[in-house]
Amino acid sequence: MSALDALRLAATALLGRRWRSVLSLVGLSIGVTAVVLLTALGAGAQDFVERQFRSLGTDVLAIVPGKVETSGALPGFGGVPNDLTLADAAALRDRVAGVRSAAPLVIGNDTVASGARSRQVVVIGATAEYRGVREFELRAGTFLPEGEWARGKPVVVLGSKLARELFPDRAAVGARVRVGAWRLRVVGTIASQGVHFGIDMDQVVFVPTSMALRMFDRSSLNRVALRVLPGADADRVSDAVTELLVERHSEEDFTITTPDAIMETTGRIVGMLSLAVAGIAAISMVVAGIGIMNVMLVSVSERTAEIGLLKAVGAAPRQILGVFLAEALALSFAGGAIGIGAGLLGARVLAALYPAIAGDPPAWALAASFALALFVGTLFGVLPARRAVQLDPVAALAKR
Amino acid sequence: MIELVDVWRTYDVGAEKLHALAGVQETIDTGEHVAIMGPSGSGKSTLLNVIGCLDRPTAGSYRLNGREVAGLGEDELARVRREEIGYVFQSHHLVERLDAVANVELPMTFAGVARSERRPRAMEALIEVRLQDRASHRPSELSGGQRQRVAIARATILRPRVLLADEPTGNLDRTSGEQVLDLLGGLNAGGITLLVVTHDVEVARRAQRVLILEDGRIVHRCAGRDLTSLADALGSAARAPADLSG
Repeated sequence: MSALDALRLAATALLGRRWRSVLSLVGLSIGVTAVVLLTALGAGAQDFVERQFRSLGTDVLAIVPGKVETSGALPGFGGVPNDLTLADAAALRDRVAGVRSAAPLVIGNDTVASGARSRQVVVIGATAEYRGVREFELRAGTFLPEGEWARGKPVVVLGSKLARELFPDRAAVGARVRVGAWRLRVVGTIASQGVHFGIDMDQVVFVPTSMALRMFDRSSLNRVALRVLPGADADRVSDAVTELLVERHSEEDFTITTPDAIMETTGRIVGMLSLAVAGIAAISMVVAGIGIMNVMLVSVSERTAEIGLLKAVGAAPRQILGVFLAEALALSFAGGAIGIGAGLLGARVLAALYPAIAGDPPAWALAASFALALFVGTLFGVLPARRAVQLDPVAALAKR
Repeated sequence: MIELVDVWRTYDVGAEKLHALAGVQETIDTGEHVAIMGPSGSGKSTLLNVIGCLDRPTAGSYRLNGREVAGLGEDELARVRREEIGYVFQSHHLVERLDAVANVELPMTFAGVARSERRPRAMEALIEVRLQDRASHRPSELSGGQRQRVAIARATILRPRVLLADEPTGNLDRTSGEQVLDLLGGLNAGGITLLVVTHDVEVARRAQRVLILEDGRIVHRCAGRDLTSLADALGSAARAPADLSG
């Protein structure tokens, strides 16, 4: 008996109980569809994250205090690193070849108030060079003043939304606000930028770095953001930065991250998440497999007399196993194929509805979910098929 | 040639042992036509199932065409059933979702006959049972006699040397029954060994020999033509009721 013969016999049996066959394969196709859709969403999310990082530019390095000893630990934890100081940042700016701009950054939280209106906001200590690292538009006035970093004039630049909220009926530039205990003059507002890595850039305030160090009573910068010159090799610049800072600190107590490196890590996390979610969806396929087993068991008990007959006409145990496995396999094949089709269609629909997170299901997900469908169908088809094989032909034939 | 030596078939029914066959001793020559009779529960069908390799004797020896088959494994038994034995049942056991010709093809599927060969051979077999114009009918679209003739075509499609029939006319009217019996007789005339289980004297009378079973034993043997009445056929089973209860 060839496989084709087994499939043909299986097909007549499946068509003979059309509705039950359809229902059981619907269960499996839903599982496959879920896996395909969720991996498509995962791929879309990964793309989204990647685009966010790309918007930072791949030519930007960040130097943060603290050494990442093992991958996974966050910079800033473990060990007692030397401070990353304004002088370090200045040295990087002045002595490393290939640096276009270097901005010393301090990040903290404080209250900003104008008259009776006050808000808790993210305060970013930066310098004029920051606009050379991350390009953004101003709405009005100027950004932080150029010049000596250590002086730290009492000025502030407001995010667009914050400026509107604090000064709903007059121009913000020229006005005075309180940031914490400090009275600062507003020199500019920045154009709307939206959310970047969880910080709503429309609701931050920028103050000079040395101002922020005093404000938060700190000695160390949170990071130095550094942008390489066009055409310069980011890796070589990174090496030069390492060399210079090791010379200054006499140990490697800092970490240099590039958007590529962050992107890789974040991409991995998102990838793991989507895999986990897809794994949960895969469990639904096992449930569907049990549905197939149920249908196959019913099929075996309904066709007891037929199985007896097959034995009487000389079907070997292996052949009877083949006939019933072919049925389970045909069901799971159809379920898998329909599921893949529906999943691809669903991904298209999602892409049309939510272009931001649209993604194509990865090829491996298609292959894996289809293979899993076949595996599950076969696995749960074996038990009923074995039951068919083990039927006593005499008893089977006696049953009508 | 069928040689049964002290064949037992015992079932465990709870703590008790039920002997469906209790030491059957018989030799049936190739080409013989033998009827097996006996009251219900006497072991007729069990005997036929053992001979047909659908059932295995609990004890004893069964040689089919010189080969001991009592101890064969499932795969070997399937091969024997496929190659040496054809089976016709009281209820035709046709597969309802397959048409007549596909039902006849079924044994060839398992025997590995090439696909291109199956349809013509099945059609030929249907011509032999005069059902060529019913080839594409489902079993439910056929009369009882027609179904049984399809079943005979299926049982003989692989040219077995032994044909077993368990009450082949039990569900048929007289005319259809006669047709089926004529067909079986013709096959036997062609050289096939024919064993028919029946409780119909008219059916048994066609056989060369009749074996009467009772309580799993052959209690009486006679020639088919000597069989005159049911009482004769059932032999000791037809004794007075008082005897039976004792």
